This record gives sequence, C-alpha cells and structure tokens, in this order.
Amino acid sequence: MVQCLGELQALKPAISQKVSYLEGKGDKSMSTTTKTWQEEVYELLRKHDVEIFGYVPDAGHKYLINTSIADPAVHAVSLTTEEEGIGLCTGAHLGGKRAVLLMQSSGVGNTINLLSLVKLGHFPFLTLVTMRGNFGEGNPWQFPMGQATQAVLEAMGVICLPAWTEEDVLPVVEAALTMSFKSGNAVAVLLTQRLLGAKEF
Amino acid sequence: MKRDFKFELDRSEVLPLLVGNPKDYLFIGGLGGTARDTTRLTDGGDNLYALGGAMGAAAMMGLGLALAQPNRKVLVVTGDGELLMNLGALATISVLNPPNLSIICVDNGHYGETGYQTSHTGRGVDLEEIAKGAGIMHTATVQSKDQIENGAKVVLKDDGTSFVLLRVSTKESAPRKRNLDATACRIAFRNALLS
Repeated sequence: MVQCLGELQALKPAISQKVSYLEGKGDKSMSTTTKTWQEEVYELLRKHDVEIFGYVPDAGHKYLINTSIADPAVHAVSLTTEEEGIGLCTGAHLGGKRAVLLMQSSGVGNTINLLSLVKLGHFPFLTLVTMRGNFGEGNPWQFPMGQATQAVLEAMGVICLPAWTEEDVLPVVEAALTMSFKSGNAVAVLLTQRLLGAKEF
Repeated sequence: MKRDFKFELDRSEVLPLLVGNPKDYLFIGGLGGTARDTTRLTDGGDNLYALGGAMGAAAMMGLGLALAQPNRKVLVVTGDGELLMNLGALATISVLNPPNLSIICVDNGHYGETGYQTSHTGRGVDLEEIAKGAGIMHTATVQSKDQIENGAKVVLKDDGTSFVLLRVSTKESAPRKRNLDATACRIAFRNALLS
C-alpha cells in the first residue's frame, strides 16, 4: 500500500499537468490551480449530491476517503466489510440521499449476495472500485478475485465502466453518476492498475 | 448455554409493547420472522422496508436510512441469525452513533426459516454484550415481562444509538401476507417518505 501511494505521489506532477491542460481547454474554471483527478472526482461526486461515502480503507481511495472524513457536509462511514456498504447505500436511497461505496476489487467478493437487494429492488447504486490483480500486478494472490471482479459484478447486474487513463476518469465517473442516479442502474467504475499504478513486489 | 438466558416471551405480544406507536418510526425489517413481525406491526404500511433475502443487510440499511433522515426515528427489527451474519455492522454503527437509530434484535436462539436449527445465541452467545462491546451507547435485554418497560425506554433514547435484545420463545408470529416485490416496496417507501 505504501509503495502504491509512493507511486501515486510520483504520478502527481504528470496528472496535474494533464488536468491543467484539460482545464485550460474547458470553460468551467477560472482557477489557475491544478487539480489531481482524485480532487476532480471528489468535486464531481459532491456536485452530484453524493452525501454518504462508505469505504473500506484502501490506498487507491486515500484521497476520497480522507477528504470525505474532513468534509463536514458529508458522512464518511468506515465499514468493517464491503458487504455493509450495500446496506448503507440502499438505506440511504430509501431515505432520499445519494451514497457511494469505495472499495478494492477483492472487496467486491464480499458484496455478492447482498447485491441481490440492489438487483431485485432496482436500487440506483454507485461504487468506485480500485483494481488489483489487473494491469501489471506482481502479487499472484490478487489475481483470482481481481480477474473475476468484472464478471461477478456483471453476473449480479452491475454495469462496469473501466477507467484506464487519467483522461478517462472524470468522464467515466460522470457517466456512472448519470447511469446510476438518473437512470436507476447499479454501476461500478473500475479504476484500473494502469491508472493507479501497480504495487511493486 | 448461559444459565440466565430465558427464551420464553411471545414475540407477538412483547414487540408491540417495545415499539409503542409504529407510525413514529421508519422501519427496516430483517428477513423471515422479523419481516412478518414488522409487517404485522405496521399493517403492511409504507413506513416499512422488509427484506426477503440479502441476509445481513438490515442493520446497515437502518444506518443508511438514519443518516439520510436525521429528523426521523429509524427502527431496525432483525433476528439473531441475521445479526450474527453481520456483527461488524454493530461496530460500524457505534462509530457513527446516530441518535435516531434503534435496533431491536428478536432472538429466539434458532434459525427459524431453515428448520429451527439452534443458533449461536441458543448456545450461549450474548448479542447485547456484543453490542455493548461494540460501543452501542444504550443497550438492554428483555427476556421477562418485568424488563419490558425498561426495554421500551431504551428504544426511545434519542441521544445515541440504542440496541434492545428481545429473547423470545420459538413460537412464530402469526402468518401475515406481505409484498415480496422489492422494487414496488422501495418505490412505495420513498413515495410515502419523500413526496
């Protein structure tokens, strides 16, 4: 995890440069400060009224987790297992609020039966999944669940949208927000290891 | 089994006494017996979302609902088998400690839906102690009639999450027809609450 974070830090200047370039082309920001894609994703989720962030600690989600904890306008809910996140998100929907579940691909395996509730009840559902056992993975233990992640999510009716590059992330998350909260689907954004950087072994 | 466990009370009689006026609450019902209990309590009302599967989800659905509706009182009614499947939820809930969330665990010491196999609570596991250990602010056990009044007070606590363990006999609540269409129930619940 620490190594993975180190890699993220190393990627930061490149990411900032790209985001800055994108911002320069867009008309949405008069700010000259550069933002990481993680910062942009958090702002996008908030812009779409996501108020509850359920998470199982993960290095790839570190920014979103820490920012949601520090943000007094949202609830950051530390989960003991990803399964709890399904109850959290569906309960929030019953109460008229939008929630997101932040988890790692290995955690997807812990959610499968509870996704019955999402599927049968046609609950809008959004999860951001940081992938392991994926592009450049060096730990063989991560492959069984990592390679099965998309298949099992799709088997339970969850639409999977992978993000392979920094340029992908914002449009993919925005599409996922629309497909889940506007169109009522269950959607997983898969943040690949090509994007996040593979941990070295 | 611990000597002081009494599985004697009748859930159909005691649960309404613990709850008071069902209209005061948004309910999440667990699957099986507690879905029947809560359907009967609410007369199949739209202030109830009861599970028919997805075992283990009830307590956390209650948390999500309580966070989303801080001005409404949320009551989760779940069984011992379902709560045992997701004990970590008590830890997660305790950390947030929403004051508008109460959990009643109807504990008959058995897995009723699958043929009344003895559950862990029927073999000595004390779910109130687990809730206490998790840090749930207010807890109580109701296993005899003289404890009902205190249990009802604990359900009403509004300065932190409460948990009441209701030990009952294996006598089932009377059959009650319920809607198993999870989508229709979701829409009805939201329409009643949000529109």
